[in-house]
Amino acid sequence: MTEAVEYRAYRRVEEARAKGRPTGRDYIDNLISNFTEFHGDRRFGDDAAVVSGIGRLRNMPITVIATDKGRTTKEKVAHNFGSPHPEGYRKALRQMKLAEKFHRPVLCIVDTAGAYPGIGAEERGQAQAIAENLMAMMSLKTPVISLFIGEGGSGGALALAVADRVFMMENAVYSVISPEGCASILWKDAKKMKEAAECLKLTAQDLMALGVAERVISEPENFREETRQAKQVYYRLEDLLYEEFQWLRKKSEEELLAQRYERFRKFGRPDSEQRADCQAGQ
Amino acid sequence: MMYQGLFRKPKNALEIRDGEMEAGQPYIADDAYVKCPKCRKMLYAADVRDNLEVCPECGHHFPVAARRRIELLVDPQSFQEMFSPGAGNGEGREKRAAEAIEAARNPIGFPGYEEKLSAARQKSGEQEGVLCGLARIGGLPTCIFVMNMDFMMGSMGTAIGEAITQLFEFAAEKRLPVVGYTVSGGARMQEGILSLMQMAKVSGAVKRHSDEGLLYAVVLTDPTTGGVTASFAMQGDVILAEPGALIGFAGPRVIEQTILQKLPEGFQRAELLLKKGFIDDIVHRRKQRTYLINLLGLHSDQIQI
Ligand SMILES: [Zn+2]
Repeated sequence: MTEAVEYRAYRRVEEARAKGRPTGRDYIDNLISNFTEFHGDRRFGDDAAVVSGIGRLRNMPITVIATDKGRTTKEKVAHNFGSPHPEGYRKALRQMKLAEKFHRPVLCIVDTAGAYPGIGAEERGQAQAIAENLMAMMSLKTPVISLFIGEGGSGGALALAVADRVFMMENAVYSVISPEGCASILWKDAKKMKEAAECLKLTAQDLMALGVAERVISEPENFREETRQAKQVYYRLEDLLYEEFQWLRKKSEEELLAQRYERFRKFGRPDSEQRADCQAGQ
Repeated sequence: MMYQGLFRKPKNALEIRDGEMEAGQPYIADDAYVKCPKCRKMLYAADVRDNLEVCPECGHHFPVAARRRIELLVDPQSFQEMFSPGAGNGEGREKRAAEAIEAARNPIGFPGYEEKLSAARQKSGEQEGVLCGLARIGGLPTCIFVMNMDFMMGSMGTAIGEAITQLFEFAAEKRLPVVGYTVSGGARMQEGILSLMQMAKVSGAVKRHSDEGLLYAVVLTDPTTGGVTASFAMQGDVILAEPGALIGFAGPRVIEQTILQKLPEGFQRAELLLKKGFIDDIVHRRKQRTYLINLLGLHSDQIQI
């Protein structure tokens, strides 16, 4: 086995984190027209790591919630590198509740290394904010699709991904722990992150096989540049998202919520097919 | 050496002979004494046991294994283990729960996981990191779950998520309250993304139980961190904590490495969470049973079985 093949998972991780890769804001700019940003959680402040607002996907009014890492160094600092504080999750929840009220579907765009581990974040209830989102999203009476565009870091990503569908960009990853964190805890050696990445089954393809994601969207070779191929990815995404939302909107509230419950209920259930798929995938 | 004077009541002269300690060869069984991590006194293990695993000197709450905690909490002989992996000699749901543990043996094929599970089973004498079931607390039928720190640091994988989910589904169906005790180092990384999915799965079951108008009370014990805190530990109608319990999302070391400074004294402790408004109260272990009997009683007009 060559190293390139052996560590294919970590190469995805590197690509997911790569400088110049489209940010949450880029997706909003390319997919959503008339985007109007709304700020604040009405409790503590406005977390710039989360960008939220409304706009149109084609002709359909939609709520968009995106973690945004920022493009320039200045933006990155302002957006806290895409790692939300509790107020970011509370802002997201506020927008979701408004979406429910006005019967708008919700698109969550996820790109975060995780919820921020800091003093203020802990003191203001990072865990409580995430826990509240999980519970509220489980019963949100409007369709939710989460699109993973880069890093999907653990509970901080899940708090925006209790969704009816999870779409993954080809080089996006989604994991319970970073490969570095996993390696340093399990093997006391963060440098074994490549091995850890392989073991964690965090690539888009792995997540499809496990039933965690429904769709993988292929990326052009040079997705970091604004090319015609990159534009085409957005056109394709627009189609896919629009069609999926139309499909989800046909469901009754009861059906939608029952299926969302079942979507997560299956993980770890002894008789679920997901396990067979996973085993076959190995 | 000065340790000797700190032993509160040596049973007889044979047990601690002069000079033994100085030679660094104490003539005592390893488990006869424990050192309190808070007041640093050497204590008779039997005294600690008789005191609900609480330091008789300073009130430090020692960790308690799940089965022992249930014994301390529920009416004598009233616990009927259900849903937890290992409970499964029954039919239907219980059998399914027993199967869950088989399914969870190594769901993503993580290297070395099976050996770790075997070692944890050996060490804890339990099949997994949670005990679930039905019990009476002050005569009131209650569904309970108690997590076990002895089992892979109380990490949550699919077997634990499945057992707790089944417990909440059962409680919703039978219109029973749920009392839970959490202790956890977070998600079980050897089960990868599937362990993360348990946070959403259990949250769904908690929500359905809640929507039925039923009570869920949770007691957070030392330590409760990571994915457990960011899901069902923080979803109780009533959230209690044991004195001094570490409760947080990120572990203290991760935070220190991120912000590159030392954390203040008492950070992420139950006392600070109470002050910040994230828990309802801190309840000493000795008072928990009485507290819960009162709490369940105040909600018992909703209990119909
Ligand atoms: Zn003490």
